[in-house]
Amino acid sequence: MTSEPTTPTAAVPATGPAGGAAPHPPSTTVANTGVARPPVPSRRARRVERVIGVLALVGTAATVWLGLWVTPHDKVQGDLVRLVYIHPGVAWVALYLAFGLAAVASLLYLWPRTRSLFWDRLAAAAVEVGVVYNVCTLVSGSIWGKPTWGVWWAWDARLTSTAVLLVLFLGYLALRRVPAEPEVRARRSAFVALFAAVDIPIVHFSVDWWNTLHQGATVLNANLSPTIHGSMAWTLLLGFIALTLAFVWMLLVRYRIGALEDWLAANELDLALVERQAEGVPAGPIPGAGAPTGATGSRVGVA
Amino acid sequence: MWRDAVLVAGKDLRIETRSRVALSQVAPFGIVALVLFAFALGPDRQVMAKGAPGLFWVAVLFCTVLAIQRSVSVESADGARDGLRLSGIDPAGLYLGKAFAVAVQLVVLEFLLAVGVILLYGAHVEVPWMIVVSCVLGTIGLAATGTLYGALSAGLRVRETLLPFLLLPIAAPVLLAGTKIWQAALAGGTPGDGTQWLRLLVVFDAVYLAIGVALFGPIQETA
Repeated sequence: MTSEPTTPTAAVPATGPAGGAAPHPPSTTVANTGVARPPVPSRRARRVERVIGVLALVGTAATVWLGLWVTPHDKVQGDLVRLVYIHPGVAWVALYLAFGLAAVASLLYLWPRTRSLFWDRLAAAAVEVGVVYNVCTLVSGSIWGKPTWGVWWAWDARLTSTAVLLVLFLGYLALRRVPAEPEVRARRSAFVALFAAVDIPIVHFSVDWWNTLHQGATVLNANLSPTIHGSMAWTLLLGFIALTLAFVWMLLVRYRIGALEDWLAANELDLALVERQAEGVPAGPIPGAGAPTGATGSRVGVA
Repeated sequence: MWRDAVLVAGKDLRIETRSRVALSQVAPFGIVALVLFAFALGPDRQVMAKGAPGLFWVAVLFCTVLAIQRSVSVESADGARDGLRLSGIDPAGLYLGKAFAVAVQLVVLEFLLAVGVILLYGAHVEVPWMIVVSCVLGTIGLAATGTLYGALSAGLRVRETLLPFLLLPIAAPVLLAGTKIWQAALAGGTPGDGTQWLRLLVVFDAVYLAIGVALFGPIQETA
C-alpha cells in the first residue's frame, strides 16, 4: 500500500473543531500523511467573521457619506471638524480597546489556570491591529493639528503618551518576531505586555505634569461638545461602532492567521518530507521510510 | 530572601571590582556622551547649563543599558544562569541582589557624570539633597526595570539590539522625573516643583520592585 501523493492541505474538509478559531492545535491528521491538520475554523465562525466584516465595511462607508456630505460644517473649525468622525474613534480602539484587550489577554495567559495559547494569539493580534490604529490616531491627529494648532506635532501630554505607547508595543512586536518555541515566546511576550501596561498610567501622569501647558479637556472637546449638532452626534456614534467592528474583524482574521502560522512552524518539516517522498515514489512501498528525523509527530510516509 | 540578595549582590560587585568593566568602559562612555552633547549644543555655556539636567539623565539611561547588558552577560557563560537557579537561591533574592549590584554601579557612575555636568556645563547646584535623592530613587527604578528586562532577554541572541528598544521607553518616566527634579534643584529653578516628581519616582520604584520580587521566578523560565 502506498500513500496517495496528495497535496496535504488540499484534501482537508472544512470541519475544524467547534467554536470557531481553535485555541489548541487539532489532534486529527491530514489524510494519510501523519501531518497534523491545519486549524480551520468552523463554518459558523467563518460566517460570523464575514458578517462582522461586511457590517464594518457598510458602517465605514455610511460614516464617510454622513461625515463628508450630510453633516454641517462647524462655525469655528469649518470642514476640519469632519475629522471628529474618525479621529476619536480610531483613538478609542487604539488606546483603550486594543491595548486593554492585549493586557487582559496577557494576564490570562500568565494566570496558570487560564493558560492557553488562545490568549497569547489574541494578545498578539490585538497589539498588531492596535499598533495600526495607533499610527492612524497619530496621523489623523497630525492632519488635524497642522491647520488648528499650526504644527504637525505638539509635545502635548496626550500626543506624547500615545507615542510612548506606540513605541512600547512596537517593542512587543519586535520581541515576538524573535524565533522561539510558542510557549516560551508566549510567556516572554505576556510579561513584556504586562510591564508595558503597568507603565502606561505612570507615563500618562508624568507626561501630563511634564507639559503643564496642556488644557484640561482637549481642543476637540473645548470647541465641539457644547455646539454638537444632532446629525453630528449620530455620525460620531456610527463612526465609533464602524471602527470598532473593523477592529474586531481584523482581530479575528489576524488570530486565524496566527494559528495557521503556528501550525506551519510546527509542521513545516513534516509537510516538506511528505511532498518530497510523494515526488520520488510513483508506486510501491517506500523502503526504509518512517523515521525521517526527530520532527514532531512524524509518521510520515508509512503506509 | 535578604540573605540571598546580599550573596548575589556581593558576587556581582566582586566580579566588577576584579574585572573593572563598569569603571573602565561604561563610565568613560558616559563622559564621552557628555562631551558629545556639548558638541551638539555648541559652545554656549548658558544653553548647556539649561540642558544639563536632561543631558545628565540621558547619559545615565545609556549607561544603564550597558550596565544591564553586563549584568546579564556575567551569567551567560558556563551555564551560570542554570547554576544559579539550581543553587536553591530564592528568585526574589536573586532579583534584588542583581538589581542592587547594578544600582551600586550606577550610583558611582552618576557621581562621576554629575561632577562632569557641573564642570563641563557649568551647572550650579542649589539644593544638594534633592539631587542626591533623585539619583538614588531614579537609580532604583532603572535597576529594577533593567534587571527585569535583562532577565527576559537573557536567552535571546538579539539581546544587544532588543534590550534598549524595550527598556528605554519603559524608563521614560524616570527620565522625565529626574530631569524635572534636577531643573528644580539647580540654580534658577523652584525647589517646590520637585516634590511631586519625587513621589512619582517612589511609585515607579515600588511598582517595578514589587513586580520583580513577585514574578522573577517565572520570568527566569522564559530564558
